[in-house]
Amino acid sequence: MAAGPRSGGRRRLSTSGSIVQFENVGLRYGTGAETLSDLSFSLKEGGFYFLTGPSGAGKTSLLKLLYLALRPSRGLIRLFGEDIVTMPRSRMPGFRRRIGVVFQEFRLVSHLSAFDNVALPLRVAGVEEHDLETPVREMLSWVGLADRATARPATLSGGEQQRVAIARAVIGRPELLVADEPTGNVDPEMALRLLHLFDSLNKLGTTVIVATHDLHLLARIQRAEMLRLDRGQIADPTGALRHPPKRPEA
Amino acid sequence: MKGGVRRFGKAERGLLPEGRLAGPMPWVIAIMMFLTVLAAAAGLGLAGAASRLTDQIGSRVTIQILEANPQLRARQAEAAAAAIRPLPGVTAVHPVPEAEIQALLEPWIGPGGVESDLPVPALIDVDLTAEGRAQLDRLRAAVAAAAPAARVDDNAQWLAPLASLIGALKWLAAGLVLLMVGATAATVVLAARAALDTHRSTIEILHLMGATDVQVARLFQRRIALDALFGGLVGFIIAGIVLIALADRVSALGSELLGSATIPPEGWVVLVALPAFGVLLAMLVARLTILRALGRLL
Repeated sequence: MAAGPRSGGRRRLSTSGSIVQFENVGLRYGTGAETLSDLSFSLKEGGFYFLTGPSGAGKTSLLKLLYLALRPSRGLIRLFGEDIVTMPRSRMPGFRRRIGVVFQEFRLVSHLSAFDNVALPLRVAGVEEHDLETPVREMLSWVGLADRATARPATLSGGEQQRVAIARAVIGRPELLVADEPTGNVDPEMALRLLHLFDSLNKLGTTVIVATHDLHLLARIQRAEMLRLDRGQIADPTGALRHPPKRPEA
Repeated sequence: MKGGVRRFGKAERGLLPEGRLAGPMPWVIAIMMFLTVLAAAAGLGLAGAASRLTDQIGSRVTIQILEANPQLRARQAEAAAAAIRPLPGVTAVHPVPEAEIQALLEPWIGPGGVESDLPVPALIDVDLTAEGRAQLDRLRAAVAAAAPAARVDDNAQWLAPLASLIGALKWLAAGLVLLMVGATAATVVLAARAALDTHRSTIEILHLMGATDVQVARLFQRRIALDALFGGLVGFIIAGIVLIALADRVSALGSELLGSATIPPEGWVVLVALPAFGVLLAMLVARLTILRALGRLL
């Protein structure tokens, strides 16, 4: 995998080695009821996590808190060892550059080619044009799209778009990768291929958290841990992260 | 989030879709620039005219010797001129030659009218310094003593209403320029907001990837600057053509007063600088508008 820049390098984590810590976190949109309530958990650096739960359980909201698109209404969130709830807005971009995000609906920039979409995080980080050609080409090869570099998103299939989105999310070698239903719009075979991409990335040291409905995927990564949400709360009252069920014998 | 120093580099121009950000903006700016250049040219021309009026005529008095007897009139004119030459503050004493007086009167009384028995006053133009103008009563007394039939006309007195009108028009032109600047800034604010709405999804993506507000604002600044440059140049060129055409018509009139309303060289520098100022204004307003809007995001 290509080695992209990382803003400020890997920072010191808390002594517990957690890359993410939630303590009594609640999230409320406007004046409505809390979408997320009393979330307390931590994610270890280098771990692989599945976030599951029925539709409307709050998975996307939780991921938005993780990739700094929202601030919680209450509670404490520590990311990379720092409190991001009280963090000044001016420091947010530096933290966001350490997080890769794969959106369920891809969110590729429609007027840019696959190459330019993948190059976007490097350009945001200020990488010179002559330094990004090789890593972007390598990343497109890694996701099997070397020959589609000049294609616009509208001409790519759902699976290809999702792979471009993944390449874009990981090109900057993020410390944390957040994926929201990344297999929701692709066929089962492509879903497995995408999962293997996440697995490879995780083996290179990136902490991965994947929100999914797909129970078959959960069994594919044996070392993964599972966080289950139900109606905005962690389903297991102990708050522990459970291992997914064993993969059924062939 | 204003401390970002990163740039998107050469790729910057591709990050927002090519084409105009807000369709009518360059044309609105062209109209604004056209009107601004005309108003500024009018203001600069009027300022020049006012300055020339003050310098050339406003500091001058004219002595009329209202004597019917030609010999006596000539003697009194000579005596009056001799009396005022040594006075402090008098820089020039210029008895107007009869030929010049004839030329002045000819449009009213026809050729040969002055040679008839029609009595015409003798005229003496006197240029004064500011000190001389302050001691006008002393000059009047000297003239009255030397030439009892003389009358001293203070040019500044009858020019005052005209100078006042020119001054008012000059300030009106300056006000119009300021209004145009304000309207241009408002146009850019609206265009920048519309552009933000149009490209919101791209901005959100850039934002989530860690783009700073300054990085995002720079994308819009560049595009709005191009639009403003295009509109500014179109407006300036059309205004220039109109000004040249007007100058031709004015010179054809042969009016000394209108002809004095010329734009000085430094005025042309100001006019040429207006499109550049428009681009800078558009960039600044766009930057502030975008930064303010982005500041509302997390």
